Formats: sequence, C-alpha cells, structure tokens
Amino acid sequence: MIASLFDPSFAESISRMTVPILLAALGGAICQRAGVFNIALEGFIIIGAFMAVLGSYFFGSASVGLFCAMAGGVFMALLFAEFHLRRAGDPIIVSIALNLIGFGLSTYLLRAILGVSGVFQHDGIKKISNIHIPLIESLPYVGKLLSGQSLLFYFSIIAVLFCHAFYAKHRLGLWMRAAGENASGLTSLGVSPKRMQFFALTVCGVLCGLAGAQLSISNVGLFVENMSAGRGWIAVVAVLVSGGRPLPLLGLVFLFGGVDSMSLRVQGFGWPQQFTEILPYLASLLALIIVSYKRLRKDWATKGIKIT
Amino acid sequence: MRKLSIKRISLHATGWLISFLWVGLASAVLLFLADADFINSLHAFFKSAFGGRKFAYLLSTISRAALIIGMAMSALIAFRGGFFNIGGEGQLVVGGLASATAALYFGIMGPLGIIVACLTGMAAGAVWAVLAGAMRIWLGVPILVGTLLLNYPARFIASYFVNHPLRDIASGMPQTHLIDKSMWLPLIPGTRLDTGFILILGAFVLVLIYCHRTVAGYQARMTGYSINFAAAAGLPIHQISLRTLAISGSIAGLVGAIAVLGLHHRFVDGMLVQPLYAWTGIVTALLVNLLPWAIVPAGLFFAALHSGAAGMERIADVPKEIAVILQGIIILFVASSKTADIRQNGPAKEKSE
Repeated sequence: MIASLFDPSFAESISRMTVPILLAALGGAICQRAGVFNIALEGFIIIGAFMAVLGSYFFGSASVGLFCAMAGGVFMALLFAEFHLRRAGDPIIVSIALNLIGFGLSTYLLRAILGVSGVFQHDGIKKISNIHIPLIESLPYVGKLLSGQSLLFYFSIIAVLFCHAFYAKHRLGLWMRAAGENASGLTSLGVSPKRMQFFALTVCGVLCGLAGAQLSISNVGLFVENMSAGRGWIAVVAVLVSGGRPLPLLGLVFLFGGVDSMSLRVQGFGWPQQFTEILPYLASLLALIIVSYKRLRKDWATKGIKIT
Repeated sequence: MRKLSIKRISLHATGWLISFLWVGLASAVLLFLADADFINSLHAFFKSAFGGRKFAYLLSTISRAALIIGMAMSALIAFRGGFFNIGGEGQLVVGGLASATAALYFGIMGPLGIIVACLTGMAAGAVWAVLAGAMRIWLGVPILVGTLLLNYPARFIASYFVNHPLRDIASGMPQTHLIDKSMWLPLIPGTRLDTGFILILGAFVLVLIYCHRTVAGYQARMTGYSINFAAAAGLPIHQISLRTLAISGSIAGLVGAIAVLGLHHRFVDGMLVQPLYAWTGIVTALLVNLLPWAIVPAGLFFAALHSGAAGMERIADVPKEIAVILQGIIILFVASSKTADIRQNGPAKEKSE
C-alpha cells in the first residue's frame, strides 16, 4: 500500500498539483511583502485558466495561450490596483468582489464566446509542451520529478529562487519589501510605495495567470467552470503561513501538493471521494493552526496580555 | 453625522452617476459579447424579476431575497462585531444538512417538527462559526481565513452524506429523501410563495432589536470598534466574540433550514453553494455599509438582479452569470467610493498576519 503511494508517477503528480498553487502563492507573497493584502488569487487564477484556453484555441498555439493567460491575470491585477491603490478601497472587499467577477466572467464568457456550459474540450486547444532533460531523466525516482515536466514547472521553481535572490540582493527588491514594512521610510527616499505596490500587483497578475494556464492547458487541455476550486485560497494560506518568504513558501507548497496528489491516489483504496478531497484543505488548515499558535504564544510571552 | 451641503450632495450625486454609467457600460459590453438583442434582454430581465403570470416571478424573487437577506444578516452581525466571517457558506450548508437530517430521521412530524428542524439547523450553523472563533481565540488563526477554510470541509461533508448514508438511491440523484409533507413550510394562501420569508423577517426584527436596543448588541459593537478598548473596559471579550459568531452562524443555519423546508423539501448536493447565497449576502451587507435596516431593500435588489438574469438566460440566451459580474462591479465601486467607510461600522482593520 505504501509502495503504491510512492511510485514514480507520484512524483509526477506532485508537481502537477504543486505548480498552480506555487505560482499563485508566489504572486500573493510578492503582494504581501509589498504591503498589499491580496486574497483575490482565486479570481486571478480562474481568469488566467480561461484566457489560456481561449488564446490557445483561437490561435492554435500554446504560447499565445500563455500570453493571453498573463494578460488576463494582469487585467484583474489592474482592476485591483485601480480600486485598492488609486481609489483606496478596502483590500478584503475588493478581493471579494474580484473573486466574484473572476468566477462570473469566466463562466459567462465560456457560454457567450465558446457556446458551451460546464466543460470546454476541443482538439484545437494546444497544450504546453513538456521538457525532457536527457541525463536526469534516467535517474530513479527523482528522474520523473525533475524531467519531463511542463515548462511552467521549471519556470515556477526558477521564479521562486530568483525572487529570493531578488529580495536579498537587488535594490528594487529592497524597495518592494520596504513598501510593506516601512512605507514612510521608502517615501523619504523619494520612492513611491504605491508604485512598488502597483508593480507587485502586476507581477502577481502575471504569475496567477500562468498558474491558471498550468491548470487548463498544461496536462489536460480543457476548461471547466470554477476550475480553480479553492486553490487560490490554499495559496493564500501558504502566503500567510510562510510570511511571504519565498523559500519557506516553496517547501510548504510542495507539502500541500504532496497531500493533494496523495489524496488522488488514496481514492484508489476505496475511500469516498469527498474524504480525500478534504485532505488538502485540512493540511493547509493544520499548517495555519501550527504557525498561528506559535505566533500567539510569542505574543502572549512578549506582551503578557491575553486578548483575543 | 456630517452636515449636508449642496456641494457635498452634488459630489455624491456625480460619484453615483459615474458608477452607474460604468455598470451600465459593463452590462452593455457583456450583452454585446453574448450577441444578445438589447431590448429583448431588458424586457426579459424586468419581466422575470418582477412580472410573470399572477406575479409568479416576483414571488420567486421575494423567496430568493429572503435567503439573501438572511445571509446578509449573518454577515452583518459578524462584521459589526469585528469579525470578517466570510464562511457563511459553510455555516449555511451545515445548517441545511442538519435540518434536513432532523426533519427526516428525528421522527417528529408537523409544526413541532419544523421547529425542531430549524433549531437543529441553527445549532449546527452556530457550532460551525464558533469553531472558527475558537480557532481565533485559542489558536490564533485569523478569522478571515479560518472561516473561509471551513467552507470546504462543510461542502465535502455535506456532499458525502447526500451521496452515501442519507442518499435517496431510488431517485438516482445525489440528494436525500423527500421530507414529509407535514413539515413543508406552508404556502401563503393563493400563491406559491412559502412562509420562509416571514421567518426571515421575524429574525430581521430580532436582529434590529439586538443591534440597537440591547446591551449585548452594544457590547458586541463596541468590541467590533476596538477590541482593546472593550478589554480595558472589562468586558468579557472572549465570551462576546463567541456569542457574536454563534448568532451569525445560527442565522446562516436558519437560512439553510428555510431553504430545505420551504424551497427544495430535501437536501440536494450543491443546492446552497451554487446560487452563491452566502456571497451575495456578504455583498448585500457591504453594499449598504453595514446599516441593519437597509439590508432588506439591498437584498431585494440583488435578488431581482439574479432573477432577472435567470430570465435573460431563458428568453434572450444571455448567461445568467451576468448577475454575478455586475454584483462584483457594484461592490468594487461601493468599496472605493469616498462616501462609504465600511470600517466605520465594521471590523477594525485586521492585520494580514
């Protein structure tokens, strides 16, 4: 039973589950560090997934699909920026609205433009190609994890590492962190925090769009209504638990992805589907509880008060 | 209360006008994308929101509005008490499932059965909300994410129960058996409108009294304004927090019970999630800036929007999700309008961590 859980294709499915959450969570983390509390990731992802299918179907090219997905994510990010940064709307309320718009718009356009409801599947949807790396491919176990994955798998890992280095080494990275941690200090340098936040939101839009593309045109090549199915929220939890730091985020999201793909395989043992579908949410809730409890204890210890 | 001046009023009016123009523009673009006939769609919209033979559509709008207003009350109580409870969906589903179970298997019939089923649903909803509150108080989990994450287990648990132990296998659908007719909410004589909306109005009056006329409601609101101040004033803030959430959850549970007993007469998988009752309720409470009495007209407005959109789908082939999109756009404008300050009546700014 254990062996069947951890066969090589397990490694493959881990990455399939992980990449969308990882890309979205990285976008959320960048916003979080820049001081934008963005919980509209779910809405960003679903628009990205829809636009990817749309572009790939109409232009017969996966790269146009990827481009459209990014454009869709950026469109949502621009809406967020307009209503949160420029018009100073509350980020939580703007997020709730954008999640509704993301769900509504993708379903609406699915019926209005593609003329189907529920699922859109067509041979014309070109998928993102997988990349095979010659030597690594033949390694046992790790080979399947490190090679033959979709382009976005490699991109997401590199993006996380790049983001880590960028925050640590580059001046712009420092500014983007400062926008969240010490906005007035940043202003005194003559840099607008809002501009940094706008930049962070745009990057988040791109990343979430790609997350959507990974869902819809990477392995399957179809769009389903409400396809993101809570992954955006799991990404939000990953951001909160990791505090927006890229490397812990990477580890955490792989953990969630592992549980997610485990839940698929446990279905083979005859557990009811609903129990296995809960697992990713329970795992993220558990991680959140552990980290929150540690923070709470620290607060109690340092401040000596027990309110809320 | 700030003084009204001609200048301020005209400022508001222009702001509203511009928002309306944007919403109108967005709907025109959406209709154009769906390749719909404008006049025909508008006609279909108003007919199925308010008209129909013997006003049948108007009655279904009212019935939908009752559920939305209920969920708006649930959100409003929590928001005013300082808790961004966006897990109304989970509380609604758990409440609906519990009341269906009570109605089917407790063996109590008639009016007493209705009361028992409603109370069971309310208790279940309250437990689900208090769970999030307990996680906030003793484990430090932010209420926003805590309530939201409990939506998914609620959805899957309900789905499991109607697919396996409680399933009406003969019907071939993921749903429970039909509830005994003696426990259906009676219809208003001569119409097809069930009395669920009267129950909701009753709850609404109680909520108004609670918000404006009771010490408990005042304490809850004070905790919402500033939890530190409430603690310093010696209020039992843990107890108040949990009470606020319990009330919020029990209203959501009541809405679930009404949907089961009055509308569907059984629990069908996804019947409370797909119409987005909980999210529409949250949006309704936000639309009126958490002003208790105003959720009734706002709830009717959004219910009419959804009913009208459903009609446009039937008649003019415009997907009904246009209602969800417009709802989101309206809330974007409300959240960002200079005149609205939801924080004024609602949750103190919760840090994201």
